[in-house]
Amino acid sequence: MYFLVFVILLYIFIFWLSPEKVLSSIETSIQIFIQVVPVIIAVIFLMGISNYFLKPKTVMKYLGKESGTKGWLLAISFGILSHGSIYVWYPLLKELKEHGMRIGLIAAFLYNRAVKIPLLPLMIFYFGVPFVAVLTLYIIIASFVEGKILEKVG
Amino acid sequence: MNVEEDSRKIKSLVSAFSKALKSFLTALPVLTGVILLMGLFKTFVTQETITSIFSGDPLRDTLIGSALGSILTGNPITSYIIGGELLKNGVSLFAVTAFILAWVTVGITQLPAEAVFLGRRFALARNGLSFILAIVIAAATVLTLGAII
Repeated sequence: MYFLVFVILLYIFIFWLSPEKVLSSIETSIQIFIQVVPVIIAVIFLMGISNYFLKPKTVMKYLGKESGTKGWLLAISFGILSHGSIYVWYPLLKELKEHGMRIGLIAAFLYNRAVKIPLLPLMIFYFGVPFVAVLTLYIIIASFVEGKILEKVG
Repeated sequence: MNVEEDSRKIKSLVSAFSKALKSFLTALPVLTGVILLMGLFKTFVTQETITSIFSGDPLRDTLIGSALGSILTGNPITSYIIGGELLKNGVSLFAVTAFILAWVTVGITQLPAEAVFLGRRFALARNGLSFILAIVIAAATVLTLGAII
């Protein structure tokens, strides 16, 4: 709540300095919000489904402490496949965490969002195939490393 | 017996969806704040601003790249375009790689939301680690490319 108040105060302050830019920012924010709404709806739906179907036991089995390699592969794949703004995935991840998903897997999921399959052609255009291939491989490895470290530390 | 079971299932389904909706509504203030902040960034930070920040020393630039990518957010397409421009302007590949990686893996603007949902400690640790990893992976990628090409 304080954060939102802070941002609104920031807007008021900047409005005093440069009104047109603030109006343009609000317009941009509305555009962002409109893009985000369909994904939000999809995620609320997904959360509802997972609340209904995913009993803690199921989550524990596939993504919990004993999930092992399969759990990592699932987290990595879903991280890569997940789309849309990251904010809409946070509530789902919170639910999964409360149902027993390991934080290492949550971190791996989030990190693998750096791999965006639909954007690969654009990346290749700017940086070339070898760069993209090597980078993608290292991202996946790093997601695993980061997950492991976070589990040891947190 | 069947009707009872069905009505239990329906109640459980409805409760599952209402839980999902409620969890979203509690997050709405932070979400709105973040979207408004993103709007500000998109308006104020221009391409020229970004290109003028890089100094020329690869080590410093890589740090700057990761820091800049951490602050900036939005569609990764933007980061690739900016990255391409930076490369054209002579910024080192180490810095550009760290930049585009930090763009997607670290989110200063997203921290409040991430902390609300997944815990402050996790959010801070994950973002901090991702910042460092952006630099490490940038180095690893460029060095690997140098070795295999």
